[in-house]
Amino acid sequence: MSDVSLDKLPEGPIIKGKLSRDDVIMRLGMVVIALYLVVTLAFPLWAMLSKSFSTFQFDLGAYELQVSDEEGNYSGEILTPAQLNADLQVLSDNDLIAGSDSRMGLTQFFPDFSFRSSVMYQIRNTSDTGRFLVGSELKTGTDWLELDSNTFRRVQMRPEKSTGLGNFISYFSTPALFNSIKNSLVIAVISTVVTVTLAFWFAYALNRSCMRFKGFFRLVAMAPILVPSLLPGIALVYLFGNQGMLKELLFGASIYGPIGIVIGSVFFTFPHAFIIISTALAISDARLYEAAASLRSTPWRTFWTVTIPGARYGLISAAFVVFNLVITDFGLPKVIGGQFNVLAVDIYKQVIGQQNFEMGAVVSVVLVIPAIFAFAIDRLVQSKQVALLSARSVPYQPTPNAKADRIFLGYCLAVAFFIIGILGVCQFAALIKFWPYDLSFSLTNYDFDRMDGGGWGSYYNSIKLGLFTAVAGTCIVFFGAYLVEKSNGFRLGRALFQMFAMLPMAIPGMVLGLAYIFFFNNPSNPLNAIYGTMAILVICSVTHFYTVSHLTAVTALKQMDREFESVSASLKQPTLKLFSRVTVPVCLPSVLDISIYLFVNAMTTVSAVVFLYSPKTSLASIAVLNMDDAGDIAPAAAMGMMIFYTNAAARIIHLLVSKGVLKRTQAWRGR
Amino acid sequence: MKITSKLVVSAALSFFATAAVSETELTVYTAVEAEDLARYAETFNAHNPDIKINWVRDSTGIITAKLLAERDNPQADVVWGLAATSLLLLKSEGMLEPYAPAGVEKLDPKFVDKGDTPSWVGMDAWVASVCYNTVEAEKEGLTPPTSWKDLTDPQYAGHLIMPNPNSSGTGFLDVSSWLQMFGEEGGWAYMDALHENIARYTHSGSKPCKLAAAGEIPIGISFAFRGAKSKAAGAPLEIIVPSEGVGWDMEATAIVAGTDDLEAAQKLVDFTVTREAMEMYNSGYAVVAMPGVAKPVEHFPEGLLDAMIDNDFEFAANNRAAILKEWQSRYDGKSEPKN
Repeated sequence: MSDVSLDKLPEGPIIKGKLSRDDVIMRLGMVVIALYLVVTLAFPLWAMLSKSFSTFQFDLGAYELQVSDEEGNYSGEILTPAQLNADLQVLSDNDLIAGSDSRMGLTQFFPDFSFRSSVMYQIRNTSDTGRFLVGSELKTGTDWLELDSNTFRRVQMRPEKSTGLGNFISYFSTPALFNSIKNSLVIAVISTVVTVTLAFWFAYALNRSCMRFKGFFRLVAMAPILVPSLLPGIALVYLFGNQGMLKELLFGASIYGPIGIVIGSVFFTFPHAFIIISTALAISDARLYEAAASLRSTPWRTFWTVTIPGARYGLISAAFVVFNLVITDFGLPKVIGGQFNVLAVDIYKQVIGQQNFEMGAVVSVVLVIPAIFAFAIDRLVQSKQVALLSARSVPYQPTPNAKADRIFLGYCLAVAFFIIGILGVCQFAALIKFWPYDLSFSLTNYDFDRMDGGGWGSYYNSIKLGLFTAVAGTCIVFFGAYLVEKSNGFRLGRALFQMFAMLPMAIPGMVLGLAYIFFFNNPSNPLNAIYGTMAILVICSVTHFYTVSHLTAVTALKQMDREFESVSASLKQPTLKLFSRVTVPVCLPSVLDISIYLFVNAMTTVSAVVFLYSPKTSLASIAVLNMDDAGDIAPAAAMGMMIFYTNAAARIIHLLVSKGVLKRTQAWRGR
Repeated sequence: MKITSKLVVSAALSFFATAAVSETELTVYTAVEAEDLARYAETFNAHNPDIKINWVRDSTGIITAKLLAERDNPQADVVWGLAATSLLLLKSEGMLEPYAPAGVEKLDPKFVDKGDTPSWVGMDAWVASVCYNTVEAEKEGLTPPTSWKDLTDPQYAGHLIMPNPNSSGTGFLDVSSWLQMFGEEGGWAYMDALHENIARYTHSGSKPCKLAAAGEIPIGISFAFRGAKSKAAGAPLEIIVPSEGVGWDMEATAIVAGTDDLEAAQKLVDFTVTREAMEMYNSGYAVVAMPGVAKPVEHFPEGLLDAMIDNDFEFAANNRAAILKEWQSRYDGKSEPKN
């Protein structure tokens, strides 16, 4: 404070709002949860970003050479590969960019080299840190080493670690890699258009028509949320693969590639788009339709001038959500993508296939850009949204229209058939003994312990992960949201916290997982111990799904007047007591919603945990991926359906508990 | 009675013999199938009851990455059962402790590191092969190939699948064997022609054979062990050993430099090259490092041992990065799916 006071003036008393003990506790709590987000999100992302700039490069000046004549006498001239290259122009600067595993021979600098000649060579490092290989023996130190021609051709330089843009240069000079950007964007755009269109009419039918079985359709539309995104891929193999049941429908086109990815993406993003659009269509003002009718507007015109503008925020939001889901999804293109490379799969190939972590980090950085872009636009659009429903609005009630209702029913049946069909095919495939040669039913595919992927243990691990994530995540998220929403003052801190809470939404799971490797698998990190344990999976899942849970909690808390806090303060009750006795019970339905959301997502996520599981903590969703990878497609389908049934059961339990809880704690809502 | 006393004597003997390192624990990194690990440890402990093995198991790529990441602060004492190409990588980082185990001379020299004192010793080999689905091939009117060159015949267009060498060790051993057999230019020319027939490249090495077994793609370039397993499961497969010879890699053992317990580590490596250990490996692998030990494994093709090329692991390790880069620019860039 001293910098504020001026020398001339006598120091007056410092006027400052008095912090009550509650305020201190709440601020401390907020700092703790903000720290949690910093450690589990900001630090790992920073580690990843710095990794992408960590390059390997051949240093041609790091070695010295002497070459003898054919009798083995040296002239005393000392050469370096750098000079030789300057003279011969064998390599350009870009050729010197390397990976951690690169090696480079030296014979290319000697145009008349022959391994049969009697010329002798001497080589040494110019510094103690230099290193080269003779065959696979590592040579360090600055002593001269004499080699005959035949051995000299086995000399390999090793690259040195440095920092720079080298990885990005080699990324953008490799068409195989940067083509994926275009592929990813194309797939995401097509899937978005198809999904949003399908979901719009589905939501329209459910909200604006008088067709029957609406409850059933609502249920079916939500089913894809309960399975990992790669499950539709497996179903598509059985439907349209070379031995597929409906192969002819593709007229010779291959399901392995963009077609498969789009169909699968539509399946797994449908519920997300449907929820958002359905919410947007649920509320509308009947007066607008009455006005349109009295102006003799055609239904077509009314649709474009009333319905679509009313739902436009929902449509835009749905489009960006779907775009983000598709472009960051990894499981589906891995299963059905064939040779069609996309960014998310590239990260996996670089990291798991080649252990090229630096390039994995580069692709991650590239993938984050469209994801953040989509996220930012969505936020922007949402912030412009204004209330459609004013106090004077009259809720729109659909009127029966036999013909339209029949058409909508037919349409919804078709969509429901698609969703149930995909799930049904997986269940069917899981029960067939050996497709297509032995079509008898058997349970052999459920004998997971015989396959790669961790067996039944991985299934139980997944349930454990789901429960831990639900419990720990709900506590952290809800408490964090409460502190942000209900604490006094500390504006900057709260704004920063809000920003951090929104960030996970924009970070693809793959990227978060990879960032966790860089951050937590670092021996000098004190948190290194959690690497390879269940704890890191829980933390990663909580962080990955933080944003939606946070928004749910904030929405629920906003419904509670801040006067509760004032009243409790004037009654001299600690805020924590208010929190546990009033706030949590009142918000219990939302708390339960958050936990089921976290549970279901922890059960189905692949991308966030694919780099982080260890043999002891293998997961069901990863087992689906690995069994499919190993070619055990039917067991993969079987495990995928186990996840579906578990999630469905969890949903039913959630429903029953919610009902019970509502009766006990929410009686005040009724009269 | 007799057996008991024998056990007591041998236990006592081994107790005294290992008194200096009694109750030692070794951290052993491995990529061996999880189901085999308990059996391996049990057999080893029958002779060395005082050395406890703590396994750390994962797939080849991950274990290799883990070892490389721990370069400056190694956690492992011994690596038992990792691909020789991976061990060569570790050797070139100076991470292995050279040691010639007792009885190493009884092994096929192919299976021993070429250094003056070997840095690693082999256990068993996995060998490339072609899985051929007879039922689907007949439907498509294909004739069975007998050589790698046959596979470039246009009749197989779209009926062929192989692992991507950028993500699969099996894929890489195929590619490196072609480059060794056909020469650099010939090898790439061969792959150019082969690429025309490949339906797609898979991530894992076993998937091509599984897909062939399921009839999804009639011909899968994979490894013999996988094919034999699928065949045993009832798939209409024929396992073809191409006549030019086949690439292979081995599982091998090495001591990690800087281990706290060199003596115990050496005992373990000594055990891994004994006849008993070889017989133990033989239950899953048809080719083991000690000649004359292997009994035929059911469904394995004939003549596999003779077809194994004289694999230059050093060539494979030193050119790996360059080969993969070239492969990627030639074949991975063509992103359009082919039918």
